Amino acid sequence: MTTKPHLIVIGNGMAGCRAVEEILARDSGRYRVTIFGAEPRVNYNRIMLSPLLAGEKSFEEIVINDHDWYAGNGIQLVAGDAVVAIDRQAKRVTTASGRVEPYDKLLIATGSDPFIIPVPGHDLKGVVTFRDMDDVASMLRAADSGGGAVVIGGGLLGLEAAHGLSLRGMKVTVIHLMPTLMERQLDEAAGWLLKSALESRGQTILTGADTAEIYGNGKVEGVRLKDGREIPASIVVMAVGIRPNVKLAKAAGLAVGRGIQVDDHLVTSDADILSVGECVEHDGLVYGLVAPLWEMCRALADGLVATPSGYRGSVTSTKLKVAGLDVFSAGDFSGGEGCEDIVLRDATRGVYKRVIVKQDRVVGAVLYGDTGDGNWYFDLLRKGEDVAPIRDALIFGQAFASGGASANPLDAVAALGADAEICGCNGVSKGSIVTAIDGGACSLDAVRACTKASASCGSCTGLVEKLLTIAMGDDYAGARENQPMCKCTSFTHEDVRAQILEKELKVIPQVMQALSWSTPDGCSSCRPALNYYLLCAWPGEHQEDPQSRFVNERMHANIQKDGSYSVVPRMWGGVTTPNELRAIADAADKYGARMVKVTGGQRLDLFGIQKEDLPAIWADLNAAGMVSGHAYGKALRTVKTCVGSEWCRFGTQDSTGLGIKIEHMTWGSWMPHKFKIAVSGCPRNCAEATIKDFGIICVDSGYELMIGGNGGIHLRGTELLCKVATEQEALDYCAAFIQLYREEARYLDRTAPWMERVGLDYVKQRIVEDDAGREALRARFLYAQSYLQKDPWAERAAGAEAHLHQHIAEIRPFAVVGGR
Amino acid sequence: MDAIWLDIGPVEQLPALGARTLPVQGGEEIAIFRTANGEVYALVNACPHKQGPLSQGIVHDTSVTCPLHNWRISLVTGEALGEDKGCVPVIPVKIDGGRILISRAEALAGTN
Ligand code: SRM
Ligand SMILES: Cc1cc2nc3c(=O)[nH]c(=O)nc-3n(C[C@H](O)[C@H](O)[C@H](O)COP(=O)(O)OP(=O)(O)OC[C@H]3O[C@@H](n4cnc5c(N)ncnc54)[C@H](O)[C@@H]3O)c2cc1C
Ligand code: SF4
Ligand code: FES
Repeated sequence: MTTKPHLIVIGNGMAGCRAVEEILARDSGRYRVTIFGAEPRVNYNRIMLSPLLAGEKSFEEIVINDHDWYAGNGIQLVAGDAVVAIDRQAKRVTTASGRVEPYDKLLIATGSDPFIIPVPGHDLKGVVTFRDMDDVASMLRAADSGGGAVVIGGGLLGLEAAHGLSLRGMKVTVIHLMPTLMERQLDEAAGWLLKSALESRGQTILTGADTAEIYGNGKVEGVRLKDGREIPASIVVMAVGIRPNVKLAKAAGLAVGRGIQVDDHLVTSDADILSVGECVEHDGLVYGLVAPLWEMCRALADGLVATPSGYRGSVTSTKLKVAGLDVFSAGDFSGGEGCEDIVLRDATRGVYKRVIVKQDRVVGAVLYGDTGDGNWYFDLLRKGEDVAPIRDALIFGQAFASGGASANPLDAVAALGADAEICGCNGVSKGSIVTAIDGGACSLDAVRACTKASASCGSCTGLVEKLLTIAMGDDYAGARENQPMCKCTSFTHEDVRAQILEKELKVIPQVMQALSWSTPDGCSSCRPALNYYLLCAWPGEHQEDPQSRFVNERMHANIQKDGSYSVVPRMWGGVTTPNELRAIADAADKYGARMVKVTGGQRLDLFGIQKEDLPAIWADLNAAGMVSGHAYGKALRTVKTCVGSEWCRFGTQDSTGLGIKIEHMTWGSWMPHKFKIAVSGCPRNCAEATIKDFGIICVDSGYELMIGGNGGIHLRGTELLCKVATEQEALDYCAAFIQLYREEARYLDRTAPWMERVGLDYVKQRIVEDDAGREALRARFLYAQSYLQKDPWAERAAGAEAHLHQHIAEIRPFAVVGGR
Repeated sequence: MDAIWLDIGPVEQLPALGARTLPVQGGEEIAIFRTANGEVYALVNACPHKQGPLSQGIVHDTSVTCPLHNWRISLVTGEALGEDKGCVPVIPVKIDGGRILISRAEALAGTN
């Protein structure tokens, strides 16, 4: 028996033991096997640590190979004694306890080490990782004493740890650096659904949050974020990633990249040493899931004791093991050129499915809420099957797509019975829709109007349109009376705004899910619109999404053709002071403004400022009492005034003073488009008030309020809204008018086209005839302003979003000695 | 043919769906982008149309929309997408251990 060659395995984990199983299955008599394990226990199923932590399984239930297995196969298990050195010359290993053991073949299966971010306090007692039984034991001990737990890392491991700890009664906060959870497996839409599901289970999920330090006296007391927030906790779980454990291999001089480099037969740079599992690098890739390890173990055993088959790398898929949350992801979902997204959302069932197809092949899939077809998509993906024949039905899943004739979705819809429910929200059957179409409803809008089908969540819009196609054939133009917002949705701007209020939708991914957006994360036309609609609907709660803003609104300055910026400080009502002018002159000198120009909006524009200098120039202008002029925004721009009764021999009222008051009331407000105001002191109208969105012409007896003017591409003069007697009324009507426009116009509509559509009478009815309505509009405007009137320049000058203004680094090549 | 990689800092310093700039003394400024799922790309920071600073554009999928006239440029190939024609040099970058590494040769291509 001692004549058999000796196979030593370092690592009693999933890959090490599986490799031994595969070898035994092919040739049980070939080797004498010794397994060294750093952990003092038998081989168990590491992925089941999550259910173990959650209390759904016991340790006995997750053991893969018990002592009988080792004994029965003549395997010597040395548990709790780590190998500390490999001597390749002498072909032997040494353990921590000093034991020396010679080998003929050596298998390194040391797995990975959890990565610990080196923030201050990372070595405090109570900071744990999530990798083995000992980690679970520490977590359970902490859970016994209750209190708060912080999990750093919102990936698969972190979320499973958070789930377990929260089932164990802890108050859990997950801190995740990226804006969406599990960003490497899930897209924004699915990540958001997951986040809200976890939040509704009582966890706190902080995305886009960066840990500054873990604080505590001798042991963890909490975590401080870079933005200053503090979260008290008695335990901190670091689940930010893993690193292949290559220490031994490196020290032994084996070829090591990110992992231990192996060939297709899992042989390292030393022919007598093999390696398998998370510690290896094959073809430039390292893996962190078990499926690839199983494939590696088969190839390893084939190569060692049978006919070499060769490992060719793996495609992986991920499932989250949190009871009641079905999340699946496979392949590549980053999209990009040539990729086509097929999206299905069902808001009522909480389902989001996205399949990414490239050149008629499935290249990725993200499923949330209904993962039943995950394996089918994964199979199509791995086999690279041509999906063109089932393309239209693909997203509905295997049962539907493989249904032969019914692979044509039109046939499937045609085959539905008359009492089949089409619109779940409003309980509308196929029969009533067909009746409506026969009765003359020949467009989607018409069907919506007479049956309410697809008028709520909109997810059945496609079905209704198919019924129209079936009933009307080529006569169904597909055209809508009111155009949808963009190609990501079948809803119009007005529908979307109404739904946001009715369903209390607060963030972009929530709108997209509830309204069945057909793209995963919208486009550059709907994102800014949604961001605006949300901020208008929920002034107190809205969270800005900077990625949904155009560059000028992100930088709070206007980009110029050479990439520099222009800076326009607010000059209330066009009035300035020597001090302000001095500060502007100083800033122009200090930051090298290449031109200072008087704008058409009665203020000064400094041109040619570099983005790096923006926070500094704003700080200087702030110090002189000036704030952002929003010359870059879909926002209140300027309030132009003329000199008025203070000086002018014709002036009837204090137009300058009124203009300044209006600008103080309205500045900072975000709008569907830019908004301009002017106040002229008499009908000579030197402030050009009759081509502004809101203009005031002062007359002896009061103020004429003019609305809907535009001096831009299509010249449009204002129309008279009404005449009021006092300054206060002029202010009140102005606020009410702005709010009506903010709440009802489509994004990117100036007041002029909006008024063309709704008509002057409508606006008069809302603002002039309905006193209570006007007062309510005005109150809502002022309420919104209490959140919006924050100078964005001051925030930036104080350091917010500093990264937008700084280079990440700089490259200076070696100086050429002696010059050229 | 071992490429020489320059370490330009931790990947967290790049905003998701955003970009930052990397000036090269004597050469052309580089824009480093980060996509929604954490991939990193680098292009010369000048649009093939009229040299718009691509680092200031909106990042979408694996493309960036130029802030000046809305050309869409692929982060992967540097090619203009859709109807537009033009190409900007791509500089190889990779992430290793949470650090961004950029290929020295291409980064310095424009210098002399
Ligand atoms: C600076 C300024 C010209 C000047 O030197 O006077 C200006 C500059 C620009 N205007 Fe203007 N407009 C300026 C007053 C005007 C005026 C006059 C006014 O406000 O009394 C008008 C016509 C009045 C009106 O808006 O109804 C005007 C009508 C436009 C339009 C057409 C709008 C329309 O509804 O048709 C655009 C294009 C757009 O917004 O899409 C535009 C767009 C622009 C942009 C933002 C072009 C762009 O996208 O880059 C220019 C930015 C340059 C910069 O970097 O600062 N600008 N622009 C004026 C800034 C005023 C200010 O203090 O904020
Ligand atoms: C909580 C959790 C949940 C997971 N869920 C999933 C999942 O749902 N799906 C999935 O596919 N994957 C999952 N994984 C990942 C999966 O567990 C790993 O991919 C797999 O365990 C890797 O196997 P391995 O043998 O390479 O490493 P391991 O299983 O870690 O085994 C390595 C062993 O080597 C030992 N060792 C290290 N150094 C030495 C030394 N010098 N001497 C002796 N012994 C040593 C270690 O103690 C360890 O026991 C999960 C992981 C964790 C931690
Ligand atoms: S009119 Fe306005 S948009 Fe046109 S060039 Fe002049 S500043 Fe620019
Ligand atoms: S410079 Fe980029 S689109 Fe014109």
